[in-house]
Amino acid sequence: MDQIIVQILNGLDKGSAYALIALGLTLIFGTLGVVNFAHGALFMMGAFCAVILSRILSASYKVVDESQTDFLGNPLQVDVFYVQRWFGDAAGATIMDWAVPLAILFSIPVMIGIGFAMERGLIKHFYKRPHADQILVTFGLAIVLQEIIKYFFGANPIQTPAPDAFKGSLDFGVWLGYEANAIMYPYWRLVYFFFSALIIAGVFAFLQFTTFGMVVRAGMADRETVGLLGIDIDKRFTFMFGLAAAVAGVAGVMYAPIVAPNYHMGMDFLVLSFVVVVVGGMGSLPGAVAAGFLLGILESFASMPAVVDVLPGINQIIIYLVAIVILLTRPRGLMGRKGVMED
Amino acid sequence: MTDQTNPSVTTATPTARPRAASGGMLGLTKKDSTLMLIVFALVMLAPFILNPFPEGSAMAQFNAGYPDLMQRFVIFGIFAIGFNILFGLTGYLSFGHAAFLGVGSYAAIWSMKLVTLNVIPGIVMAIVIAGAFTLVVGFISLRRSGIYFSILTLAFAQMSYALAYSVLTPITGGETGLQIKNTDSPLFGGPTDGSIGRANLFGAEMGNSYELAVGSWLFTFNLGYYIAGVALLVAFYLSIRIFRSPFGIMLRAVKSNQQRMNYTGLTPKRYTLSAFVISGMYAGLAGGLMVAMDTQVGPERMFWTASGEVVIMTILGGAGTLMGPILGAGFIKYMENIVSKINKDILHEWFAFLPDGAEDVMVSIVYPFIGKGWHLTLGILFMLVVIFLPGGLVEGGQRIANKFRRNKTDG
Amino acid sequence: MGILTVKGVNKRFGGLQALGDVNLDVAENTCHAIIGPNGAGKSTLLNVLVGKLIPDSGSVVFDGQSVLGRQPHEINQMGISRVFQTPEIFADLTVMENMLIPCFAKRDGAFRMHAIQSTRHEGDMIEKAESMLDEVGMLDKRDMTASSMSRGDKRRLEMAMCLVQDPRLLLLDEPTAGMARADTENTIELLKTIRRERGITMAIIEHDMNVVFSLAERITVLAQGTPLVEDTPDNIKGHPKVREAYLGEAQV
Repeated sequence: MDQIIVQILNGLDKGSAYALIALGLTLIFGTLGVVNFAHGALFMMGAFCAVILSRILSASYKVVDESQTDFLGNPLQVDVFYVQRWFGDAAGATIMDWAVPLAILFSIPVMIGIGFAMERGLIKHFYKRPHADQILVTFGLAIVLQEIIKYFFGANPIQTPAPDAFKGSLDFGVWLGYEANAIMYPYWRLVYFFFSALIIAGVFAFLQFTTFGMVVRAGMADRETVGLLGIDIDKRFTFMFGLAAAVAGVAGVMYAPIVAPNYHMGMDFLVLSFVVVVVGGMGSLPGAVAAGFLLGILESFASMPAVVDVLPGINQIIIYLVAIVILLTRPRGLMGRKGVMED
Repeated sequence: MTDQTNPSVTTATPTARPRAASGGMLGLTKKDSTLMLIVFALVMLAPFILNPFPEGSAMAQFNAGYPDLMQRFVIFGIFAIGFNILFGLTGYLSFGHAAFLGVGSYAAIWSMKLVTLNVIPGIVMAIVIAGAFTLVVGFISLRRSGIYFSILTLAFAQMSYALAYSVLTPITGGETGLQIKNTDSPLFGGPTDGSIGRANLFGAEMGNSYELAVGSWLFTFNLGYYIAGVALLVAFYLSIRIFRSPFGIMLRAVKSNQQRMNYTGLTPKRYTLSAFVISGMYAGLAGGLMVAMDTQVGPERMFWTASGEVVIMTILGGAGTLMGPILGAGFIKYMENIVSKINKDILHEWFAFLPDGAEDVMVSIVYPFIGKGWHLTLGILFMLVVIFLPGGLVEGGQRIANKFRRNKTDG
Repeated sequence: MGILTVKGVNKRFGGLQALGDVNLDVAENTCHAIIGPNGAGKSTLLNVLVGKLIPDSGSVVFDGQSVLGRQPHEINQMGISRVFQTPEIFADLTVMENMLIPCFAKRDGAFRMHAIQSTRHEGDMIEKAESMLDEVGMLDKRDMTASSMSRGDKRRLEMAMCLVQDPRLLLLDEPTAGMARADTENTIELLKTIRRERGITMAIIEHDMNVVFSLAERITVLAQGTPLVEDTPDNIKGHPKVREAYLGEAQV
């Protein structure tokens, strides 16, 4: 039993990442009708927002400290961090420690800007072109984005730790009456899960309760009719692209402490996220979220030793297997709407 | 070049007077025969064409006429020609073609490990097994079209990769892959002295090379390369035949209007599946040839980025054109192997004629795009082609040629 | 007993009875029109005939064989060709290639891997396609890309593609919908010529009474999924039930 709880918990954080990326993908596909292969790259750029901010915050200058000497007796040069100089030692250290959460604030405007630029500069011209062209041009864009990141940050993963307060693990099992250390769950993963849930709830609330969201939902259902009502749907859709980019971005920021950001992490997640979207049902937001968590958990179940012993390798292929079965038996996916991408 | 991208003047247009169109060879029109001859000459003379710079000169690093790279040119050319039969004609975008290449490779290496070190059975096995595998994958994937088809093929390929990497280790060698070892004892004609067997064609080893030194130039003629080259010529010839056949028209009809096909009494699915299997067999041939050249295979050959690469090759060169895939494959492999080696020092040499400050500026502008950054250039080029040149480099070349022609007549 | 016999066909979509007990008999070598107000079930009936929809009950027999449960391509191979409301052609291909596809389909069946022989050497097929193009007056356009033609020409090409298969029955779905006056006249003329010279059986679904009365020899009036009357054009013109059906629509 405790094993099962462990696997569900393990599946949650990966599932959260899948759900967030799939949510953005679906927002873009549902509103703009564009299949965005560069969405994984946006996730990756979000993660690098965390890297950039933590580098900015730990910017330092050197001063000569007379009180310390090196082994030759010369005065030692020490790094002084700007934030510490400006905000005092303790506050500065805290700010540096909290670089990743702070990066969320930093990443939102950055990612919305990138999203706007992408939509206005490129995607806009592909609304009327075949899906294959959209896939190809965004695939090209993804390569370009990741190569740019690689140029500036190199090919190696960059460790970006979570704040000290979230280091360590929660002994979850004790709460449920298991003995100590039976079910350990790192705090940050818990934070990631709740954060994702918050973002997802936020996006749904936004679409559900604002006029803007209502128009967008109407546009997702029937773009032409909404256009006929004289509503400038294009502007709203541009904003939606920005929003989707921001969702992918913050998902990346918060994921940075879990997997050290590297330039190809976007591509790694993209393939799986597409599978998630297809399983959930192209164009269905709840479907994307549900499938994200479902597949994340399923994947971690499949990695249980007990399962792998019976079905070796199942952990490697479970997601694809589910996708194939779903696509063939329920072509619309779990919650897909009629008429979306059907032939 | 072909005119496929501009169907109103397409050479595929059938003529009621076949006699008037004759004058070519091997049953091809004159125009197609010319194309075939060009490719023939390119393949046969590649050791010269690709080695234009004398050994030891500053430009020698741009020589691509060494066997290993030449083999890659033609093998990836075959891979892309096959992919083009599917994507270029039917418009079905497969993101899993590397899996078929990989399966072909595994089949070939087992043939060489168990049966004979002669490459012919290995290559035949590669084509057959890859074809059978493609048939299964295609039968399932083609139940959907559009982006779903792309994702299904991607899912199958990733699954194959994951399985080859883990569970199927007894068959695939897992992470380390498979090599020919001195413990292998093929049924026919393995080495008896305990040495590692080498791939051969009726005794002539793939690695055999004849080197020709002319002045300070050195040209290498490698047996393996020429075998792969002949395979490319056959593959290219068959692709011309397919493009110009009724079957080829049917495949283009699939891309154009499946509904009309249905109501004309045709089954678009079976045509697409045939194209899918044919392109899978091309991939298998490419995979088999790879093994024939370097007698090894690993699962990374099936990773989805490898599938993405053949997509880029085909589209960059010109999807739906005959020459495009070959050009695209050559272009990318040249960048990957030659352009990627340019480093900062070489750039400084190039821009040495500039004043110091300007030299540094130029180097820092150019550097991100070449050397290790060649992927960036490739990504940008690929995007530009998708946006502006649906017919790829072939169409670009045609446009430039047309412009020149017009200028000439104007002047 | 005609070439196409529809008996007691019912089709429901949820709560909507799209077709209710439809009986229809198309005699060989006639032009049979099916008319009716919007939502009368004309398109549903057509989709049943070509195998796109399967009715809940009833039978559809073409030339002694049931068409129910067969795929559209099988029904075409039985000898039924369909012209669509908006021309369905192979837009990226040349006119000649558009014509060759139905020729090959007729000769080779639903699928054949004729991948090695050259299209240039298909002399018979090319001649057949050319003479058909000539018949519809499009031979000069044989090398044009189909998408670059006018709508009228696309319609003409689509008909030529259907006719070159020598169908036993030609189904036309509002062939003049959305056409300009002149194009409509041209299409009527073309259809008349085809009827006269080839004697092909036609079933036409049409909204435009002008088209119907200048072509049809028999007319079935459909209303709310059920055939109201079936008669000759002259008798239909003055039929009170028909007036009611159409006036009823006009009042709404």
